[in-house]
Amino acid sequence: MFFLLTIVVSLAGALGVYLVGSRRPEGARRLALAAAVAGLVFAVAGAVQLGAPKGLVTQVRMPWVPSLGIEFHLAADGVSSVLVLLAGIASVSGILFSWNVERRANEFFALYLLLIAGVYGVFLSFDLFQFFAFYELAIVPKYFLIAIWGSTRREYGAMKLALYSFIGSAMVLVGVLAIYAVSGLHTFDLTRLAGTSLPIGFQVWAFPLVFVGFAILAGLWPFHTWAPTGHVAAPTAASMLLAGVVMKLGAYGALRVGLMVMPAGAKYWGATMAALAATGIVYAALVALVQQDFKFVIGYSSVSHMGFVLLGLAVANRAGLAGAVLQMFSHGVIAGLLFGVVGRMVYDRTHTRELSMLEGLGLARRLPFAAGVFTLASVASMGLPGFSGFVAELQVLGGAWQRFPVAALAAGVGVVLSVAFTLRVLQRSFLPDAPTVAAAGGGSMEHPEPITIPEKLGAVMLLGTSLAVGLYPRVLLEWIDSGLAGPLFGGLRRVMGWS
Amino acid sequence: MISTASYFWMIPLLPLFAAGLSAVLPRTARRASAALAIGSMGLAFVLSVSAFIGTLAGHGSEHGARSVVNFDWFHLGTGVVRLGVLLDPLAAVMLVMVSFVGLLIFIFSVGYMEHDANGGRFFCFLSLFAAAMLGLTISNSLILLFACWEGMGVASYLLIGFWFHKPAAAAAAKKAFVVTRIGDIGLFLGLLWLYGEAGSLLLFDAGRGCLEPGALALVTTTKVGSSLTAAAGIGLLLFVGAVGKSGQLPLHVWLPDAMEGPTPVSALIHAATMVAAGVFLVARVFPLMAGGDGVTVGSGTSGVLQVIAWVGASTAVFAALIAVGQNDIKRILAYSTVSQLGYMFLGLATGGVAVGMFHLITHAFFKALLFLGSGSVIHGCHEEQDIRRMGGLRRWMPVTFAAYAVGMMALAGVPLVFSGFWSKDEILHSAWLWEPSRWPFVMGVLGAFLTAFYMTRQVAEVFFGEYRGATGRVAHAAADKGHRQKSHHPVQAAHGDGVHESPWVMTGPLILLGVFAVLLGVIGTPAWPWFEAYLGGHEAVFDLGRLSHAAPVMIVSAVVVAAGMGLGWMLYGKRPRTSPESPDVLEPVLGGFHRALARRLYVDELYDVTVVAGHRLLSRLANWMDLLFIGGVVVLVGWVSNAAAYVMRWADELFVNAGFDAGCGTVGWLGRRVSKLQGGRARGYLAGMALGVVALGAWVLWGMNVG
Repeated sequence: MFFLLTIVVSLAGALGVYLVGSRRPEGARRLALAAAVAGLVFAVAGAVQLGAPKGLVTQVRMPWVPSLGIEFHLAADGVSSVLVLLAGIASVSGILFSWNVERRANEFFALYLLLIAGVYGVFLSFDLFQFFAFYELAIVPKYFLIAIWGSTRREYGAMKLALYSFIGSAMVLVGVLAIYAVSGLHTFDLTRLAGTSLPIGFQVWAFPLVFVGFAILAGLWPFHTWAPTGHVAAPTAASMLLAGVVMKLGAYGALRVGLMVMPAGAKYWGATMAALAATGIVYAALVALVQQDFKFVIGYSSVSHMGFVLLGLAVANRAGLAGAVLQMFSHGVIAGLLFGVVGRMVYDRTHTRELSMLEGLGLARRLPFAAGVFTLASVASMGLPGFSGFVAELQVLGGAWQRFPVAALAAGVGVVLSVAFTLRVLQRSFLPDAPTVAAAGGGSMEHPEPITIPEKLGAVMLLGTSLAVGLYPRVLLEWIDSGLAGPLFGGLRRVMGWS
Repeated sequence: MISTASYFWMIPLLPLFAAGLSAVLPRTARRASAALAIGSMGLAFVLSVSAFIGTLAGHGSEHGARSVVNFDWFHLGTGVVRLGVLLDPLAAVMLVMVSFVGLLIFIFSVGYMEHDANGGRFFCFLSLFAAAMLGLTISNSLILLFACWEGMGVASYLLIGFWFHKPAAAAAAKKAFVVTRIGDIGLFLGLLWLYGEAGSLLLFDAGRGCLEPGALALVTTTKVGSSLTAAAGIGLLLFVGAVGKSGQLPLHVWLPDAMEGPTPVSALIHAATMVAAGVFLVARVFPLMAGGDGVTVGSGTSGVLQVIAWVGASTAVFAALIAVGQNDIKRILAYSTVSQLGYMFLGLATGGVAVGMFHLITHAFFKALLFLGSGSVIHGCHEEQDIRRMGGLRRWMPVTFAAYAVGMMALAGVPLVFSGFWSKDEILHSAWLWEPSRWPFVMGVLGAFLTAFYMTRQVAEVFFGEYRGATGRVAHAAADKGHRQKSHHPVQAAHGDGVHESPWVMTGPLILLGVFAVLLGVIGTPAWPWFEAYLGGHEAVFDLGRLSHAAPVMIVSAVVVAAGMGLGWMLYGKRPRTSPESPDVLEPVLGGFHRALARRLYVDELYDVTVVAGHRLLSRLANWMDLLFIGGVVVLVGWVSNAAAYVMRWADELFVNAGFDAGCGTVGWLGRRVSKLQGGRARGYLAGMALGVVALGAWVLWGMNVG
């Protein structure tokens, strides 16, 4: 029941926040924070209550459109638990990092909570139609958040994001309808669809449609270019959510609808997917190396790190999948933090994200907390031991090594490159301390506002999560493993030959 | 096992705790941080000694001297990743060395960093490093070892870049991290491979560990391709990691640059401990590298060991050559470190664990001594690092001079008295007996000559002759001014009058290290090879007769050292340079080669035009492609979509109105509906999208039929 409440409380929060009205931004964000915290509490409670079940535990199930076999089916296994938890953490930290939103705050937070409700919904849906409905619910508010509250080229970024998302959605929709038709079961029930073996010939053409359709949203190369522009255009909270959870919706969909329902297709296309994922890891890291805009660097780093998720899915053995899901969680937390630092702590104070301008500001001296957090977040982002990224990437690479050693090698090169671009941006943005550069027309920052309490809370929460998972990954991994061992993945296990 | 020895797992936690605590202390609490760091390190040293004594007691029995604690960390695939700690003689000597040298360097730092506003942070990072290094030492799991390995890398990054406002320091920090990370990828892939083959990354696990006979037999017999065994492949990958961390060819370029860090950091991390971790790693997994057999002197002939021997010998000569052409006191020592690490690898590969490890231990003491001595010199000369601007310092810095001279003679390998002689001699001795080739021996001898030469040159330039700085006592104000312009870290500018001896917190550790630089030789002479016996777990037997076997090589190395020192003294000591500007005496003799040596044989330049330029080009290319996608293709798609919508509307009129071809008509009808629903651009996009979906579907169907 707790999991149902995450959606309910987010939707109710969205409505409530909107009704607060635009004249009371303080009230709106407090209510939004309360709703998000409640959502997180329910997510934690639900995950703990669920534990590591063997298979799927239904929360709510009722007919919706019986004539088409559509149900409202809210359920969860260990994999869902982990991602619901991520959504809760991301939503709370996003609100903490947008405490300074004043303009049309009620609308902002209402759309924000609507998006969160959609995200929770996707992670808990086990009816394909319902899944798709929540998926779209999560994408639409995204557009408005960027177009109204965004910054650099926001209409362009928002439009591009919307276009890519809709193209992806259209592909998915075609795939879903085809699955519905070909299975002949007259149902959208994921559990039943995952249990039947669809004809292999069908899987071979329908799988790439569904996989690519979803993976566009996960930053699959070469369909990734929406991600950096979207991130750059988005307001802080929206880019945190975009990198933190929305990209995960794509990967999650690819896992649930792609791999789980069409395992033979996944096996057939495995090498291609792995090649695309590995290319994306290296390619995005290379591009990140030459960006001049702080947020573009983080945007491309997201594409690179999401490549590990896709690589894990491509490998589709137990280590690969567990790594992919854990990397979704890990990247959600770390990327959220990076965007929080860039967007809220730095950009809102300096009004520039150009590295050449930040260079002269001596940020390490003037915003030591931000510098410390960004250093730790960089360490986490580079996948160093102690933080969650290490365990996740270890799993993905461990899995990849068994099936596609060349892709693992390429991903290894990507890891070195990610060190290079992360250190470059860390050093150029925070470390230099040359007053001459600032005098020569750098950003404006006479007396930066000190880092506020909500920012500190958000940063500590995200860092703490990454560290806790990095040091003691067992809890999340046991949940994930229990999910992967469940009957839903039976077809995939059989086809890929692991147990 | 005596009781305190069983607490050895606490040793790395002590400095970790200190680091964590001083991280939350206010930045100004320098004294508290220093006290925490030194206290934790002192306690770690006491525990290390007791652990060491514990391993002494276990001698003789088969596994008596090894204690292991393992636990599960998480599931990986169908297996479990386990962590564990291990105490055996190898770990115990490292523990004692690291904690003792670390403690002395911590104490030295109190003096050296006295005037630095961020001293508290410095001790925090130092403690963090010590925790990682000690953790690595007692790792029984290669994953834990890797984690500590990376932790050291982070601490090293933070400490090299400690004065990050100096662009050179920031760049060096980044370079160090990236270059070692390249090696780390090799190590990491090696671990993945080993895990895949052996199913465990624990070293010792009651018969299931990857260094125990079962797994070892498996990996050494599994073939990859025709001739390569899995053990060889894994061993080579692990060695790539060691090459990066220990600054061997071709990944040595980061280590000399790392000298931008404060000198205690250079002494601790980039001389005594972290850079030796690569050597330690090879020693740790030695059975894997050796292809399963224990190696006795001269018989290390597995493929991996041959590679290691050649890399080590080449690096030993290569770096020693470059050291001859350097003028920065710390860079000379840095290249010397690279060279000596090469000796350690050569020793490991030709003579086994004990030979390489003995040089690691002695080197840690005398190189830490030399670095701290150079720190004392730099401190006394107002941050001057160029040996051409020093000279005659023995008059003002007698303690530093004496200690430095001891370190220099130990490094050069002056016979009989100094530890470096004994440890280097063992390496040369095993290289002499090495079956595959004599060339590594020749290279080792050449390196020994060069080492004696460049160290004599350095000592002559720094401590003898006349002071050539900004006229010493008289014009110290000018020197101060110059220093302030050069680096603006807030070190003291008002240092009394001119060059001066350092305070006792700095000279004290020097004296102690000097004592050990001499005494340590005792435990590894051919007559009484206690060190080898201790690592091997048997009793050492005193036998003067063995000296006569080793005598020929000892005599060769003594002659070579005498020649190197003599030549060095003739060229630099007898007629000391008179001004900083006058050219090096070797310049007229060697000409262009000397310039090449001064420019580090152009390795950095080579990497700049190949690797660095290559990846910059790739980055630009990728970025340009993305811009094309962003700017070009999206616009193009919009344009094409509009055109398509136009075509469809036209088709609509023609086909639907004419009322034939229902299939096309449906498409057209859809297109018109969509057109009516949406205004403006979006119509075109959606129509294009529909067209795209149809085209994609058709393509896939076609592909299916063909396939």
